Amino acid sequence: MSTVSKFLLFGNEAIAHAARNAGVALGTGYPGTPSTEILECFADLGGHAQWAPNEKVALEVALGASFCGARTLVTMKHVGLNVAADPFFTAAYTGVDGGMVVVSADDPGMASSQNEQDNRHYAVAAGIPMLEPSDSQDAYDFTAAAIELSEKWYIPVLLRVTTRICHSKTIVRPRWLFPPVDAPRFRRDIKGRVMIPAYARPAHRKLRAKLSEIAEWSETSSLNRIHEGSRNLGIITSGVTYYHVREAAPEARVLKLGITHPLPIKLIRDFAESVDRCIVIEEGDPYLATHIRAAGLAVESKPEIFRFGELNVDRVRRILAMDTSPEPQPPPGKLPELCKGCPYRPVYDVLHKLDCIVSGDIGCYTLGVLPPYEAMDTCVCMGASIPVGLGMRHVLPPDQRKRVVSVIGDSTFIHTGIPGIVEMVYNPPPDGHVVIVLDNGTTAMTGQQEHPGTGRTLDHTPTKRVSIEEVARAIGVTQVHVVDPTRDAAGFEQLVDKCLNSRELCLIVARHYCILAAPSIKEFEKRTQQQFDYECVPGGTESHGE
Amino acid sequence: MNVFREERNPMVNDTINILVAGLGGQGIIRASDIIADAAFRTGYDVKKSEIHGMSQRGGSVSSDVRFGSKVLSPMIPRGEAHFLVLCDLSQREVFWEYLRPEGKIISIENLGDAKLPHPKTLNTALLGFLSKFLQIPTEKWREAIEHAFPVKLVEINLAAFDIGAKQ
Repeated sequence: MSTVSKFLLFGNEAIAHAARNAGVALGTGYPGTPSTEILECFADLGGHAQWAPNEKVALEVALGASFCGARTLVTMKHVGLNVAADPFFTAAYTGVDGGMVVVSADDPGMASSQNEQDNRHYAVAAGIPMLEPSDSQDAYDFTAAAIELSEKWYIPVLLRVTTRICHSKTIVRPRWLFPPVDAPRFRRDIKGRVMIPAYARPAHRKLRAKLSEIAEWSETSSLNRIHEGSRNLGIITSGVTYYHVREAAPEARVLKLGITHPLPIKLIRDFAESVDRCIVIEEGDPYLATHIRAAGLAVESKPEIFRFGELNVDRVRRILAMDTSPEPQPPPGKLPELCKGCPYRPVYDVLHKLDCIVSGDIGCYTLGVLPPYEAMDTCVCMGASIPVGLGMRHVLPPDQRKRVVSVIGDSTFIHTGIPGIVEMVYNPPPDGHVVIVLDNGTTAMTGQQEHPGTGRTLDHTPTKRVSIEEVARAIGVTQVHVVDPTRDAAGFEQLVDKCLNSRELCLIVARHYCILAAPSIKEFEKRTQQQFDYECVPGGTESHGE
Repeated sequence: MNVFREERNPMVNDTINILVAGLGGQGIIRASDIIADAAFRTGYDVKKSEIHGMSQRGGSVSSDVRFGSKVLSPMIPRGEAHFLVLCDLSQREVFWEYLRPEGKIISIENLGDAKLPHPKTLNTALLGFLSKFLQIPTEKWREAIEHAFPVKLVEINLAAFDIGAKQ
């Protein structure tokens, strides 16, 4: 056995290990592929990890902790940062005391997402420093570096990873030793933390001054590296693309940028001038190329077709050859589908049969869009099902608007569905509306995570349960029904039909455990002898109309 | 300037590429984990990559494993896989383009009439057959299998591995 310990880790695991070793006091986030395993691993390693109802809440909880000097880790997928954008931008002004690392896991190629937005733009827009690892070792080292950077300049740091960093295993040698952090304590700093305009104006100037200092520091930071090679070809790159580049062009001189905001422009200029041909190769938007060109450097960038999808060795070879001929299509493969025995199947049977116009949402149940059901007409983002359905109801002619149904999952309802219910009660459409909450007792799509509606925390410990039906009633929904469509499909169909014709505001909780999660849920319940006052225990068919 | 400069690496040409493919629920990810772990325990540089998310919902699943003295990209370029381990023959058409011209497909067809201890151990049986072509000692495979499964499933998977290795 070697005396130097090394591990084969996913990028997500490497981030968790580094956070744990760095004494991160609190990890918080919302599940989202490809980021989900970070907090699960952090909890497995003994860290204090929590699922928040959504990413905005997660970032704010972490911000409060970091105001008090605690080190924090916030995790989310790329679209989660849209939800958390509000606190993210102003946290750049307030700064932090304890190191705060915000992980954005982007999904170029959309393996499991509704868009392929490139969150590097967020770092620039918010004025937050950004690090981009290229493998699991980097993910480990850069998490540690992000904490150092955050504490040196009292500013949150964005750790921007992608699917191939999160879900690739590579070798990691843990090699950072952190001094212990001081115990959290409250330190009053009203002008620094209360962002009224009078205090925010100087805070903005202070932020820009910090970014200038960080830019200067990044010029000589070891987080940026040069792989020596021929002076005929120079490639500027970041993230996993670095390794595609090294394989596709082993002879090239390569500048691997670990800090991608603020950019080390002098380093980049020196590099560009050192080679005959200088090309920027990056996944997603031409982010680096745009900013490097804006600094007055004449570098080549990839052709537009390589903005779409992931890069790989083959595509990097094409970029180097400026080959824009049609690419071989990736194998289509077999599409996923709702599992055999999925409790959502009978729901989509009914929606299909009643020819409903279905405003859908994000989760496994989005698979209801595929044949044989094809029972989903819109799907935009987390929580959009209810407001989009309401918008349709407001403008469609009566014969069409009466068929509009909003369909949302249990975790999604908690995440951002509740404001849609408030909107429905506040601005009711002329013929009412019907919302179906598909409650399978877990966040199924991302791998069965707990959420406030399950009554268990991230590590499956019992906690108080948020009741979807009670929330709906409290907000003022006229009819709230709780049913199990798997047990009584005919009764479910009658209920939906009745609600559609009632011209009232109706919410139906269709409750039955996820077929994949049911064994573990039952185990958790048995282990803790947890008993909830469910209106419809899984398998029951009780219905409560008002 | 202080910037860290890496040494120029020797040309990398000893990387072995193995693509494991099948349908959700067939243990594709588990199988690639075992290969990667066995190679790691042997002392190779290893990278393994796959797309998670839809894997339990019956769709096509594949995982790339690469090992050697120094592995660069975590993804196998088209036409460069030395081995295509198929847990479902239906996926041959989907993934064959990743195989080298001289590459080898490893599937249930290599197991002949051998009787598996359980249909779900097909993945480990195929690894047994694969192991005959790789420079990874048997004990490293056994350690990786012992590490990958809950205790009660270790024996049955070791047995399946041995069946594959004997073909």
